[in-house]
Amino acid sequence: MRLNFKHEWIETNIGLMLVLTMLAISVGGLVEIAPLFLIDKTVEKTEGVNVRPYTPLEMRGRDIYVREGCYTCHSQMIRPFVDEKLRYGHYSLAAESQYDHPFQWGSKRTGPDLARVGGKYSNEWHVQHLIAPRSMVPESVMPNYPWLATTLLDQSDVAGRMKALRAVGVPYSLTEAEREANVEKFGAEVAAQLHIADAKKNLVEQANLGNYDGDKAGVSEMDALVAYLQVLGTMVDFTKVNEDELVRSR
Amino acid sequence: MSEQNLQSQTVQTTGHAWDGDLQEFNNPLPTWWVYTFYVTIVFSVVYWLIYPSWPFGKGFLTGFSDITYVNKAGETVSSHWNTRALLMEDLNKADEMQKPYFSKVAASDFGQISKDPELSGFVLSAGKALFTDNCAPCHQQGGQGVVGFFPNLTDDDWLYGGSYDKIHQTLVNGRRGYMPAFGEVLSVGEIDALANYVASLSGIEHDAGKAANGRALFSSETAACYYCHTDSAKGRQDMGAPNLTDKIWLWANVPGSDNPEGKIAAIRSTISTGVNKGVMPAWGERLSPEQIKVLTVYVHELGGGK
Ligand code: HEC
Ligand code: HEC
Ligand code: HEC
Repeated sequence: MRLNFKHEWIETNIGLMLVLTMLAISVGGLVEIAPLFLIDKTVEKTEGVNVRPYTPLEMRGRDIYVREGCYTCHSQMIRPFVDEKLRYGHYSLAAESQYDHPFQWGSKRTGPDLARVGGKYSNEWHVQHLIAPRSMVPESVMPNYPWLATTLLDQSDVAGRMKALRAVGVPYSLTEAEREANVEKFGAEVAAQLHIADAKKNLVEQANLGNYDGDKAGVSEMDALVAYLQVLGTMVDFTKVNEDELVRSR
Repeated sequence: MSEQNLQSQTVQTTGHAWDGDLQEFNNPLPTWWVYTFYVTIVFSVVYWLIYPSWPFGKGFLTGFSDITYVNKAGETVSSHWNTRALLMEDLNKADEMQKPYFSKVAASDFGQISKDPELSGFVLSAGKALFTDNCAPCHQQGGQGVVGFFPNLTDDDWLYGGSYDKIHQTLVNGRRGYMPAFGEVLSVGEIDALANYVASLSGIEHDAGKAANGRALFSSETAACYYCHTDSAKGRQDMGAPNLTDKIWLWANVPGSDNPEGKIAAIRSTISTGVNKGVMPAWGERLSPEQIKVLTVYVHELGGGK
């Protein structure tokens, strides 16, 4: 039987048009993105690549990074090009953003890429630079963020935020069995940081110990943001990584 | 659509009519457009064959194009085409161009590098790029530093020493200067006396009586400044304790004030609060040994090297 197709069916039926339009525009995404979830090698599992989720303090720092829109000027993805390697270091691995929801890759670079900024500067530099960028880099066009140092961090919903991330696959632990699995995977010290029941205690402890904002009174938003910046790109031990394996996985 | 077309009815309509007589023309696409479209389809098939493309089982089709590069261990590795392999190949090429210089840098000692005009030219230009990316945000573009935060690298006053070896050590391991806070240990009068003494060493207008008391305190066991800054106040580079007699200030914001009272107040405040924020990051793991060597010579040649 020959189907006598007519445009009119679609053009006069808005519901059908909507469904078909959605199907048509999702083809590109389905073909390019969906397979990545099925391919084994998408997230590198090579030796030396043992990326852990953020601690509660770092996770809150990341929230502030997103809230302040730092991503509108900074990317967090070092592309595999010679000039990027020379300036920023080793290209970013998929594994390094596996616990980022949403990821901060980006392509807008008004400022430099921040994927490996951890350890590059001191806490003091970051604090001063965030309060007044031009006091450190005279030609900078980055805005001042003075309130970060004077605003106390809202800690009321840390556990809730961790639970939300857990729901999308970040291995923060609720149960004893999950905690033990984390000990197995990341070691006891990290596993303790990932336990949701201890979130607030861990957050305050890390902030007091690290004293990231140079001010011992209270946990400020600056503490959280600097703790986050200082861990960026530091989790993979590239001295142990087999480069050839990374190449083969693409 | 022009009147003419409407009238002559040369163009077909899509066949539907709305509101009685509202119709749509069905203009065929130009031939050149249609053929270009077919060409892009053929192109994509060729592309799929050459480059990694379709997902396949738990992996993907890698394509027939290959890249060969030499890895760090010196082995020749062959891989299907991908951007990471391409980077390895490009790095090989870049190495090839810089190798004559970098291997010479690696093989020479610091003195030889600065004497060899070709090599020192390379070191100064490569060093400038490295300095801009890694050091300038703190020490500033020209190396002049920021009072209260980061030392000036262009003068001949060194916290830790200005020889090649000392600078090299600073870069590889980083530094963290520390002076205890004396605000709780010493009385206000004692700190004022010490500040007047330190001011006197740099020729700042001061109270001679207080400075004499300060001199005694400086080398006493109560304040024990001499332990780090030495009895002559010329400093101890193994502790990063600066020379207090050279009119060069890093932590006490003496240049920030133009009257002696303000200058002495700045010194007082440094003595009370101490210094615990001088963190120079370690570069041994971030930069390669050759890059650090290049930077060592670059910093040395900024003007103050010893
Ligand atoms: C208007 C664009 C803009 C925004 C928004 C912005 N930055 Fe920047 N940032 C820059 C520029 C330009 C630089 C380079 C000059 C400098 O160091 O200040 C920079 C530099 C930096 C650096 C130093 C990077 C390096 O390797 O030298 C850090 C860290 C940084 N920004 C963090 C942040 C954070 C955190 C936020 C959000 C709170 C933020 N930036 C928001 C433009 C921006
Ligand atoms: C434990 C060692 C130590 C002791 C004791 C010590 N200092 Fe210091 N002092 C330092 C160091 C180290 C620095 C530089 C800190 C840095 O660079 O991070 C410094 C810096 C200073 C500065 C700032 C110099 C500048 O360039 O701005 C002054 C002033 C000073 N000391 C005075 C004193 C006086 C007065 C005493 C005694 C009350 C004293 N120090 C005791 C180690 C010490
Ligand atoms: C986060 C800011 C920061 C960055 C980035 C930085 N430095 Fe430093 N540097 C410092 C501080 C602070 C000191 C002083 C340390 C102290 O007080 O103990 C210092 C000290 C030094 C010294 C010793 C000076 C002396 O008087 O003995 C040298 C040399 C030096 N830096 C070179 C470099 C070079 C080269 C780079 C780039 C690879 C660099 N620094 C990057 C902050 C920085």
